[in-house]
Amino acid sequence: MKNTLLFDFTVDKSTSTVFVYREFAAESDLVWNAFTEKEILDQWWAPKPWLSRTKRMNFEVGGRRLYAMVSPEGHEHWSIQHYTAIIPITNFKFVSAFADQDENINKEFPSSKWNLDFSEFEGVTKVDITIKHKELADLERHLQMGFKEAFTGTLNDLDQLLTNLNVTAK
Amino acid sequence: MKRDIFKAIADPTRRAILVLIAAQAMTPNSLAEHFDTTRQAVSKHLKVLTECELVKQEHQGREIYYQLDFNKMKEIDKWLEQLRKIWEDRFNQLDKVLSKLKANKK
Repeated sequence: MKNTLLFDFTVDKSTSTVFVYREFAAESDLVWNAFTEKEILDQWWAPKPWLSRTKRMNFEVGGRRLYAMVSPEGHEHWSIQHYTAIIPITNFKFVSAFADQDENINKEFPSSKWNLDFSEFEGVTKVDITIKHKELADLERHLQMGFKEAFTGTLNDLDQLLTNLNVTAK
Repeated sequence: MKRDIFKAIADPTRRAILVLIAAQAMTPNSLAEHFDTTRQAVSKHLKVLTECELVKQEHQGREIYYQLDFNKMKEIDKWLEQLRKIWEDRFNQLDKVLSKLKANKK
C-alpha cells in the first residue's frame, strides 16, 4: 500500500469555486459511511479544538443535516446541509447554509453548492469535492463565521507565549 | 473608508485591470484603450481598487501610473491557506477514524 495519500486544494477565484481532493486508505463503503453517518461525521468534521455536533440528520434527497461547529469557548455556529442528490457510494450533493439551532436559515449569508464524488481503486478511495460559492467574498465569510475565533485564538496564544518569552529573557 | 477586497475583485472589468497592470504599470488613458468603456469608468474602477489597496499610484511628471500592490494580493492567499489547513486537519482526523473503523470491521 502507498503510504503517501494525495491531497490537493485549489481555488478558482474567477468562478469562486473550491476544489478539494484527497485519497484515503480505506474501501469506498467505509469512506462513504464516514461522510454520510452523523456519528462518524462528528468525529472528524470539525478541526480540533473545535467540535462538530449534529443535532439532526436525515440522509436522503430532500433531507437535511443540522449541525453546529462548537468553539473551545462553547460558542455554537449552526449550519444546514440540504441534500439534493444521492447516488450511494459514488456521489452526493448538498446546499450548505448558515442557520440557527431551530433550522431557521440565515439569509444574510449566501449558500454554497457542494458536490462530492467517491471512487475506489485497489483499496484506496478518492474523494473529489467541489464547493461553488456565489462570490469569492462568501468564501471568506464562511471562514470568518466558522473559524475566525479559532484562528484568532491560536494567534492570541502565540502572542501571549511570545510576550512571556520576552519577559523571561529580560 | 476601507472597502471589501472581495467585492472589488468580483467585478470582471476590475479583474481584467489587475491582470493588465500586473504586467506593467499603466495610466488610466492607456488602460481605457483596452476596454469598451469611458476613461471615467476606468478611473472609477481604479478608485475602488486603490481604496482597498490592491493597486498603488505613482506620479511620473503629469501622468499617474497604476501598479499592482503585491502585498495585498498575498493577503487573499493567506486566508485561502487557512482554509486549506482546515481541510488538511479535517482529513487527518478522518484517516484516524477510518483506521479505527477498519480495525472494528475485521
